[in-house]
Amino acid sequence: MEGYLGVDVGSVSTNLVIMDEKDDLLAYVYRRTMGQPIVAVQEGLKELEEKLPASVEVRGAGTTGSARYLSGVIAGADIVKNEITAHAVAASHVVPDAQTVLEIGGQDSKLIIIREGVVVDFAMNTVCAAGTGSFLDHQAARLGIPIEEFGSYALKSKSAAQIAGRCTVFAESDMIHKQQIGYRLEDIIYGLCQALVRNYLNNLAKGKEILSPVVFQGGVAANLGIRRAFGEALESEIVVPEYYHVMGAIGAALLAKEAVEGRTAPSNFKGFSAAEIKYETSSFHCKGCSNNCEIVKIEVGGRVLARWGGRCGKWEVEQVEEAVAGPI
Amino acid sequence: MKVTFPHMGTIDSLLSDLFTRLEIDFLVPPKTSTKTISLGARYAPEFACFPLKVNIGNLIEGLDLGADTVAMVGGLGPCRFGFYAEVQNRVLRDIGYDFEMIVLEPPAIGMKIFLERCRRLAPKKSLWQIFQAVRIGWKKAVAVDEVEKRVLQTRAFERKKGDTTRAHRRALKVLSEAVTAEEIRSAREEALAIIDSVERREQDSLRVGIVGEFYILLEPFVNFGIEEYLGNEGIYLERSVYLTDWLNPGGKKPVFGTTREKIHHAAEPYLAHFVGGEGQDTIGHIVEWAREGFDGIIHFLPFTCMPEIIAKSIFPKIDRELDIPILSLVIDEQTGRAGVITRLEAFIDLMRNKRKKRLVAS
Repeated sequence: MEGYLGVDVGSVSTNLVIMDEKDDLLAYVYRRTMGQPIVAVQEGLKELEEKLPASVEVRGAGTTGSARYLSGVIAGADIVKNEITAHAVAASHVVPDAQTVLEIGGQDSKLIIIREGVVVDFAMNTVCAAGTGSFLDHQAARLGIPIEEFGSYALKSKSAAQIAGRCTVFAESDMIHKQQIGYRLEDIIYGLCQALVRNYLNNLAKGKEILSPVVFQGGVAANLGIRRAFGEALESEIVVPEYYHVMGAIGAALLAKEAVEGRTAPSNFKGFSAAEIKYETSSFHCKGCSNNCEIVKIEVGGRVLARWGGRCGKWEVEQVEEAVAGPI
Repeated sequence: MKVTFPHMGTIDSLLSDLFTRLEIDFLVPPKTSTKTISLGARYAPEFACFPLKVNIGNLIEGLDLGADTVAMVGGLGPCRFGFYAEVQNRVLRDIGYDFEMIVLEPPAIGMKIFLERCRRLAPKKSLWQIFQAVRIGWKKAVAVDEVEKRVLQTRAFERKKGDTTRAHRRALKVLSEAVTAEEIRSAREEALAIIDSVERREQDSLRVGIVGEFYILLEPFVNFGIEEYLGNEGIYLERSVYLTDWLNPGGKKPVFGTTREKIHHAAEPYLAHFVGGEGQDTIGHIVEWAREGFDGIIHFLPFTCMPEIIAKSIFPKIDRELDIPILSLVIDEQTGRAGVITRLEAFIDLMRNKRKKRLVAS
C-alpha cells in the first residue's frame, strides 16, 4: 500500500499523519512539541510507524508549521509548505465546498477565505495571541479544570458573563474580578469563550465576507465553548472535521502526494529510521556585520545538513533548500 | 563641519555625490542594522512610526563617529515624516548630542528655499554652483533609480540565482564613477546594458505590484529584502515609488512610469482626495495594476501610518470590484521575518492557484 507522510510542527503540538493513495487517513500522531521540534518529529515518526500496517510504503513526505524547514530536513521532505496553504488544502479536502476556514492553534490563529476551491484571502494574527490555545490552557489550569472539560462547562452557561477580551492579561484580571463577586464558573468560562471569539473576529475578519460552510480546525476546535461562541457570533453552523487537530499535517500529506505525482525519482523521505539519527544543533553569532545574526546549524556526524537564521543569506546551505523544496 | 544623514535606500549615493561636488565634508553612517534599530527604538517615542526610529538610530551612529552636522530631508503635507527633522533635533539634544541640524526641504516647496538650505552646508559656493551640482547629481540619482527598476523586472527571469544582484552591484559602481553630465549619460546606458545582459530563461512569472509608505518600500533592510526574495521566487515586480519620485513628487517623468496625475485619476472612484503621505497613490497604483492584469499587490506600511491605514480600509472594496488580491504587511521593530515570509509564501500560493484556475477556465 502507498502512503504519504504529512508533518506539522507548531509551537505547541507536533502532528504526523499518513494518508493512503485514496486520500484517506491511515494513522495519525498528535503530541506536544515541548520546545524540542527535532525530538518531537523523531518520536512522532517512531509512534507513527507502530500504528501502521507493515505493508505501507511512503512515497512522498511534506512538512508544514512554524518548524517546517527544520522538520523538512529531519524527515526528508519532498515539499515544504506554509501552514496557511496546508490548512486550506486539508479543509477543502474534508469539506469540498468549504468557503471559510477558522483555524486556532497553540499560538497563532488564521482565517482563510476560499471560493470555488481556491484561497482568495487570508489573515493571521499579528499583534496578539489572545484567544489561542496557550491562553485557554493557562486559564483552565488556573481554574483547576482539565482543558478537555473546559468547553463542556461553557455549554452549561445560561447567561454568559461579559469578559474584556482585547488583551489576555486584562481578560484574566476581569475573570478574577467576576469570580470574586460571585459569578457562576460556567458563565465566566462561556463569557471568556465569547470574548476570545470576538477578539478573533475583530483581529482577523474585518472587511472579509464569512460564508458557510464554515470549517473550524486546529487544537482549539476541541473546545465546545468556542465552537458554540463561533456559531452564535457568525449565525452559522460550524463544521468541525473528525481530525480537526491534525489538519495541517493532512494538508502537508496531500501536498506531498501532488508534489511527487508523475515523478520517477524516489521520495526524499528518510524512512522511519530517521528517528534513530543523531542530529546535533548548535548556534553562533555571525560577526560579519553589526547585525550579529544568530545562525543555527544542524549536523549529522560532522556533516552540515542545514544552516539558517542570517539576514543576508551567506550562511544558508543551498543544497538543503533544493533538496526539500521540490517542484511547485 | 562634518555632515551626516539618515539612510533611505540609495540616498547615501545621491548625497555622497552631491556633497563631493560641493566639497562638503561628510560622513556616511554605518549601514542600517539591528543595532541601528535598537538604538532608535530606545530613544524615539514609542508611537512614532518606524522610519523615525531607524533615522534616529542612523544619526546616533553618525554622530558617534564624529559628525557635527545633520542633514535631514523635510517633507510636504500631512505625513509625520515631514516633521521628523524637528523631532530628531529635540530627541538627539535631549540625549545630549550637540550638532547643527539643516533641514533640506524638497524643491517642491520652492527651489530657492531648497538651494538656500543647501548653501548653509556649502557657504563658499554660489547659488548657481549649487544649482548646477544638484542638476547634474539629480541625473545620476534618476539613473540609479532606473537601474533599480530594471533589476526588479529582471530578477524573476535570471537563469542563475544571484546574477541580477551581482549585475546590480556592478551597474551601481559604473554609475558612481561618472561625474560630468556626459559621463552620466553614457554610464546610464552601460549600467542598463549590464542588467540586460543577465542570462535569462523563459518562464511564466507572476506579476506583482509593491505599494505603500515610501520609507518601508525604499529601505531593503526594514522590509526584509522583500524585493530580492520575491524576485528569487520568479516574480516580476513593479514598485509605486522610487527615491527620486519621492524627492520630487511633481516630476514630469517619474521613474515608476506614467504620471502622478494619471495615478490620482485612477484612484478617484475609490479615493478622490489627498489623505497625506502616499495614501491616494497607493490606491491609484493598485487600480492601474489591477486593470493591467497583475496577479497581486503587496502593501507595506509602518505601524501607525495614518495615510496607509486609510488606503488599507478601501482594499476590500477594490478587491471585490477589480478582483485583485492584496496582502498588507505592517512593519516595525517588533516585526519578525518568519511571520512575513509565512504570509508571503501563502500569498504566492494564492496567486499561483488563482492563475491556474483562470487558465483552466479559459
